[in-house]
Amino acid sequence: MNSLQSLATSSLAPSDRLARGLGYFALGIGLLQLLAPRRITRPLGLEGRETLVRACGAGKMLNGLGALSDNPTPAIRTRFAGNALDLALLAPGLSADNPKRDNVRLVMALLLGCTLLEALTARSLSERHVRPRDMHVADYGQRSGFPRPAEAMRGAAGDFRTPADMRAEIGVGPA
Amino acid sequence: MKALCWHGKNDIRYDTVPDPSIEDPRDAIVKVSSCAICGSDLHLYDHYIPGMESGDVMGHEFMGEVVEVGAEVHRLRPGDRVVVPFTIFCGECEQCLRGNYSVCERSNRNRELGDKAFGHATAGLFGYSHLTGGYAGGQAEYVRVPFADTTHIKVPDSLSDEQVLFLGDIFPTGWQAVVQCDVQSGDTVAIWGAGPVGQFCVRSAVLLGARQVICIDRVPERLSMAEAGGAIAINFDEESVLERLNELTRGKGPEKCIDAVGLEAHATRSLDSVYDRAKQAVMLETDRPHVLREMIYVCRPAGVLSIPGVYGGLVDKLPMGPLMNKGLTVRTGQTHVNRWTDDLLRRIEAGQIDPSFVITHQVGLEQGPDMYRVFRDKLDNCIKVVLKP
Repeated sequence: MNSLQSLATSSLAPSDRLARGLGYFALGIGLLQLLAPRRITRPLGLEGRETLVRACGAGKMLNGLGALSDNPTPAIRTRFAGNALDLALLAPGLSADNPKRDNVRLVMALLLGCTLLEALTARSLSERHVRPRDMHVADYGQRSGFPRPAEAMRGAAGDFRTPADMRAEIGVGPA
Repeated sequence: MKALCWHGKNDIRYDTVPDPSIEDPRDAIVKVSSCAICGSDLHLYDHYIPGMESGDVMGHEFMGEVVEVGAEVHRLRPGDRVVVPFTIFCGECEQCLRGNYSVCERSNRNRELGDKAFGHATAGLFGYSHLTGGYAGGQAEYVRVPFADTTHIKVPDSLSDEQVLFLGDIFPTGWQAVVQCDVQSGDTVAIWGAGPVGQFCVRSAVLLGARQVICIDRVPERLSMAEAGGAIAINFDEESVLERLNELTRGKGPEKCIDAVGLEAHATRSLDSVYDRAKQAVMLETDRPHVLREMIYVCRPAGVLSIPGVYGGLVDKLPMGPLMNKGLTVRTGQTHVNRWTDDLLRRIEAGQIDPSFVITHQVGLEQGPDMYRVFRDKLDNCIKVVLKP
């Protein structure tokens, strides 16, 4: 008998709650990027990149839905790719001729902070929910539930009669 | 008293709740000695079944000792040891008289809700949403059992809790799944899912004389348990299910196919399962019917599909063409538990089967919340969890 020792009074751990929060956050930001990209590009001096912002927004919304699903781990893990895209989108804003590059720096710092938080969350979720690749696999090969080998038990309930309403005698031959 | 309560998606808590009391003269109160987490509880845990409310007591697989009975309970008395079937039934309505206990016409006290969801309401169930009556479940120290004169299975002291507990659900569920296939001695029975119900389907098919029993899953320890019961295992992560099933049946397909998976089918290598997950995420589909599609496709013409796996709502891209043209029979439904339990209890007493083989974890009720996670995520070689209040 296996015996895990845990006295958690709720099945939701802080990392699960954090993943959920990150999911809602991604949905919110994604929706903003998708519907009002100029509200993102203007304060960052990145006018003209609205299409890219919309694409990033769509990706974030999908990711947010994934993070809110019953298995948020893959979505949180793949946030790195989304954040890398965001950073690539922001990078041109660091050029010396962008008067709003301080805003870009601030957003990049926030993004890096988020990435760190997501990395920690992904790690914690993996530890809690993901079956380790090197997990010891129990051999339940002796757990037949039968008093004799399974082959010897074949048809042992031969005294059972299928009730009339559960018969499915299809193709027993023409009447 | 202490109980495991639902508080939202993936949020089960070990709570203190009011003790149950006799609300109707036909009620009894049972002090729970053992209860289990069922695979279908995971559909509530993952919030795929609608109609749950925060604070609802979980659990529909439990047993214990009768401690109090209502004035109109005649077949039970305090001290009796009982397993409680997950389907609550009156034993008197038209459906009950036919033995269709899981669609009892009286026990669902939220009939209007059930009528709206399913066209016609089904029976009341313990701890399984307000669509089925909103009755408090058995993952608790005490439970109120409505229609107690019928809704019980008396069990002898000579058998342990572990030997009889599963008479309340998974053993008769696996049994009925095979019985409604009407297995003949030359049949091949293919069973999708090697979880607890799948394990009992395997044993039932063997006992009922199927020539060949095949079990499909991806979790190695579950497949090894299925093999122990007499099944040929197919790991769908390692080989093609369709090719292997055709190979094992000389290209004809299995006569009888059983879906012991239900609405949360997991299939990593098929396009349709990715499609299902995407649609489910944006609420355009409630259930993932990958197993149904595969069964319809691979089943031998004029064969039988048996579906004990739980579905909650709507599915998409169901291949009706093959289903109709191959003349397949579909049998499904919640289990009419008490229709089978006298016979199954006799088989346990005779030593034909010991259902405790499936238990992999036995812990206190207070560890229940974490065990939901362990069971759902298939960690620690978990197949069946028994909780002790």
